Amino acid sequence: MLRYTVRRFGQLILVVAALSVLLFAWLRSLPGGPVSALLGERATPESRAQLQAVLGLDRPVHVQYFQFLGRAASGDFGVSTGVQPGDDALSIFLQRFPATLELSLLAIVLAVAAGIPLGYVAARRRGGWLDNAGVVSSLVGVAVPVFFLAFLLKYVFAVELGMLPTSGRQNAGIDATRVTGFFVLDGLLTREWDASWDALKHLMLPALALSSIPFAVVFRITRAAVLDVLDEDYVRTAYSKGLTDTVIRGRHVLRNAMLPVVTIIGLQTGALLSGAVLTEKVFAFQGVGEALAIGFERRDYPVLQVVIIAAAMVYVLVNLIVDLSYAVIDPRVRT
Amino acid sequence: MALLEVDDLSVVFTRKGEQPVVAVDGVSFDVDPGQTVGLVGESGCGKSVTALAIMGLLPRRGVRVSGSVRFDGTELLGLPAAAMRDRRGRDLGMVFQDPLSSLNPVVPIGLQITEVLERHRRTPRKKAMVQAGDLLTRVGIPDPRRRLDEYPHQLSGGMRQRALIAMALACRPKLLLADEPTTALDVTIQAQILALLAELVRAGDTDLGDTDLGDTALVMITHDLGVVAGLCDEVNVLYGGRVVERGPRHPLFAAPHHPYTVGLLASVPRLDGPRGQRLSPIRGSVSDNIPWTSGCAFAPRCPNVLGACTSVTPEMEFGPDERLLRCHNPVPAPQEVRA
Repeated sequence: MLRYTVRRFGQLILVVAALSVLLFAWLRSLPGGPVSALLGERATPESRAQLQAVLGLDRPVHVQYFQFLGRAASGDFGVSTGVQPGDDALSIFLQRFPATLELSLLAIVLAVAAGIPLGYVAARRRGGWLDNAGVVSSLVGVAVPVFFLAFLLKYVFAVELGMLPTSGRQNAGIDATRVTGFFVLDGLLTREWDASWDALKHLMLPALALSSIPFAVVFRITRAAVLDVLDEDYVRTAYSKGLTDTVIRGRHVLRNAMLPVVTIIGLQTGALLSGAVLTEKVFAFQGVGEALAIGFERRDYPVLQVVIIAAAMVYVLVNLIVDLSYAVIDPRVRT
Repeated sequence: MALLEVDDLSVVFTRKGEQPVVAVDGVSFDVDPGQTVGLVGESGCGKSVTALAIMGLLPRRGVRVSGSVRFDGTELLGLPAAAMRDRRGRDLGMVFQDPLSSLNPVVPIGLQITEVLERHRRTPRKKAMVQAGDLLTRVGIPDPRRRLDEYPHQLSGGMRQRALIAMALACRPKLLLADEPTTALDVTIQAQILALLAELVRAGDTDLGDTDLGDTALVMITHDLGVVAGLCDEVNVLYGGRVVERGPRHPLFAAPHHPYTVGLLASVPRLDGPRGQRLSPIRGSVSDNIPWTSGCAFAPRCPNVLGACTSVTPEMEFGPDERLLRCHNPVPAPQEVRA
């Protein structure tokens, strides 16, 4: 188990190294660039060349890359040119990361809390109205683009009904103490309940929009897995022992059905970040996704590099946790 | 009074847009307390479905069950689900064919045994674990303390079946249904499991202490006549969802009267037969929809077929040697059939 974990960490380093090369080359092959983004189209060639030299973009790409690596080793990922010009790219990421984590966690919790029970009930009552409604809504969840759903939710619940705020992470009027950068958690830690509640209200709509795809996937996979498990001989054995429905459901059906579901939850966290880019943009939610969106518009290489590499690391780590959790759920993997 | 009275049990599978399939077509048999009764027949004759119907384990949708299953004086068919659940595992136990797929792969063996005791006897987990260890010892699993924490994939095939038997017998049921319990095992293990079952259900002639499992009636479902020959007091031969011949083991094997039973016995390979003798199989195979309504279902495959066999449905009647038979033209003398 330990060897396995160590090997997976080795893989993580390889993934990050390969990704950094690709990313570096790919970003610089995009049309435009930070200079055009900063100076506009009508800048003189002299001022362009000057800015390029200042940013270090006049040197060959491989020289730039090794320079980047050398600085990154000491924690210097460069200075933002577009998102928050002049600020350190890494600290922009660190400052925004809790927001995205908060949003993603709530989205996954919503998706799992709704997807697993509904998937189970749908499988037990296959062909019933709840099953059909679940299947249709999961299809809609996958098919409707996240940004469209985000706009729709914002229009209905924030603009028309005025139940929830339209954008941001917290009302500016609230004087909240910052501890961890997780606004809901900060409020709980400092007993500023109103700050927590306000941050939660700001989270609701983006999290709902973001959870639509993971919910649909978790629901479908749970439903299929439960249908498979219900046909297994050991479930019949459980019934032949006269066990209660509670024991059969938890110990015999769901525990076995969770294996594919856990895998898919891991894979979905990757998809979550691409969803977060759109959702955060729509709700002007100051997270990593929004930084990524603005970073692309303004060709902010340092911020894009930090965010994308960090996202890849999170993705690999989450899937490592998923693989390790297999061993907890399935004894056959342990040996 | 009989412990289990199955009377005119029928099971019909109905699917939308498909012809209903009659799996069991009026099966009747009795089991006395402590008795071992065999249900014998080839694949598709309805023996497993009969067992599942007795246990109430058939799916609710798409299945029509009729007739009567009286257990200990109570009608089981139509019993509320909760009442049936109370009986399963406590009064009625079942052992299945494939021990690996019949055990939950992600739950330790110990817990799969104790959950029965916790459910029906309200035994606390710790005490139940001790009893589960005793049960494993009783079914012949060495080092039971260690096995309790292991998972099914860590056990051998024979041990898995022993564990499954321990689960089925944990609450000392009055009736144990064994559905082809040895089919998935290799031959030496088969013999051990059969010996174990025979020992466990034998009326309490030995002092088994706290784990006394004596006086359990056993319904043995099998296609293997060797299993029946070694174990059963009474034998029911099934064909096409009906019992076609019934009798005590020795007379039935010595002098089978139904042409199907004769065919079954003749198709068993024998070590002491003449060298070079070919096996004599029964021609044809069981058809899906059983035409008992207009004649004998075995008629198309029967060497003794008469004109009446394809027009008049034979009833269960006493034939030669007071044997219960469903046949217009039974095989009379046992001259050419060896015992």
